[in-house]
Amino acid sequence: MDSLPLQDDAWRVAGRSFASRLVVGTGKYKDLATTAAAIEASGAEMVTVAVRRVNLSDPKAPMLQDYVSPSRYTYLPNTAGCFTAEDAVRTLRLAREAGGWNLVKLEVLGPAPTLYPDMPATFEAAAALIKDGFEVMVYCSDDPIAAKRLEEMGCVAIMPLGAPIGSGLGVQNPLMIQMIVEQASVPVLVDAGVGTATDAAFAMELGCDAVLVNSAIAHADDPVLMARAMKAGVEAGRLAFRAGRMPRRAAANPSSPTNGLIR
Amino acid sequence: MDVATEVLDLTVNGEQRRFAAPLTVAGLVSALALDLRKVAVELNREIVPRSTYGQVWLARGDSLEIVHFIGGG
Repeated sequence: MDSLPLQDDAWRVAGRSFASRLVVGTGKYKDLATTAAAIEASGAEMVTVAVRRVNLSDPKAPMLQDYVSPSRYTYLPNTAGCFTAEDAVRTLRLAREAGGWNLVKLEVLGPAPTLYPDMPATFEAAAALIKDGFEVMVYCSDDPIAAKRLEEMGCVAIMPLGAPIGSGLGVQNPLMIQMIVEQASVPVLVDAGVGTATDAAFAMELGCDAVLVNSAIAHADDPVLMARAMKAGVEAGRLAFRAGRMPRRAAANPSSPTNGLIR
Repeated sequence: MDVATEVLDLTVNGEQRRFAAPLTVAGLVSALALDLRKVAVELNREIVPRSTYGQVWLARGDSLEIVHFIGGG
């Protein structure tokens, strides 16, 4: 592996450089120790986190920061649970004060059962956050027009869904993901829908800069093992993308020479 | 009226709470046994910068949100 230029293959967002192309969520784990072990195994350098009220009745309850150190991992505060632009902006202003940094993940969702990105509200929140000095990585629909518009507004990364959040169905619309990748001049991450390592590899083969995974790791029977699998999947997909796949053919073509056969 | 017995009724994270006045944001965070390096505070929907916790005095009826980071996707 030493001959492969893996170390030179970092991706950059908002002036920060990351060697790992796997971003992981910190939600849905059975406990904080498992969260920490899975994130360690994933090799991720950036983790998403949520902002919530502290538990006043149990102020000494273990905190995420005690297990997943913000000095080791880049915290990417999200707006999960926000259904309006106003809520999203308010949440991330609090996150900025709690964490002291401007890099955030914006997601404004529509109602269940789709939880599909609410794009009008997403545009509104993105505009307000950018105006307020945030560097916005934005969760969005797999719509190339919307993705381009978000980029033109100043979003620092575009994060289309591969499939509905928590569905584990993999990339359902690879054509649109590929179109978004090809037109983008900021990083593109598939966010939501990855179910297993092949899904992550496939997203990377489409040319995505990184993949964001939470449920697929947290809800695996063995989250630590799946975290390691996702790391391998993302690396394999990235290498395959860089290598450039062979052309698809509609007919067979023998792998061994057809001349020099014994008679 | 004795200053030491004055009470301060606040709404903290949606709960009605009574504290002894006078009280700053720093005093409130401390009274709630929270680590002020790990929380963010909103007072009447305005962010309170951490550097000012010791200078922001709370008044009867104030509403506060105190948040922190938890696991999320």
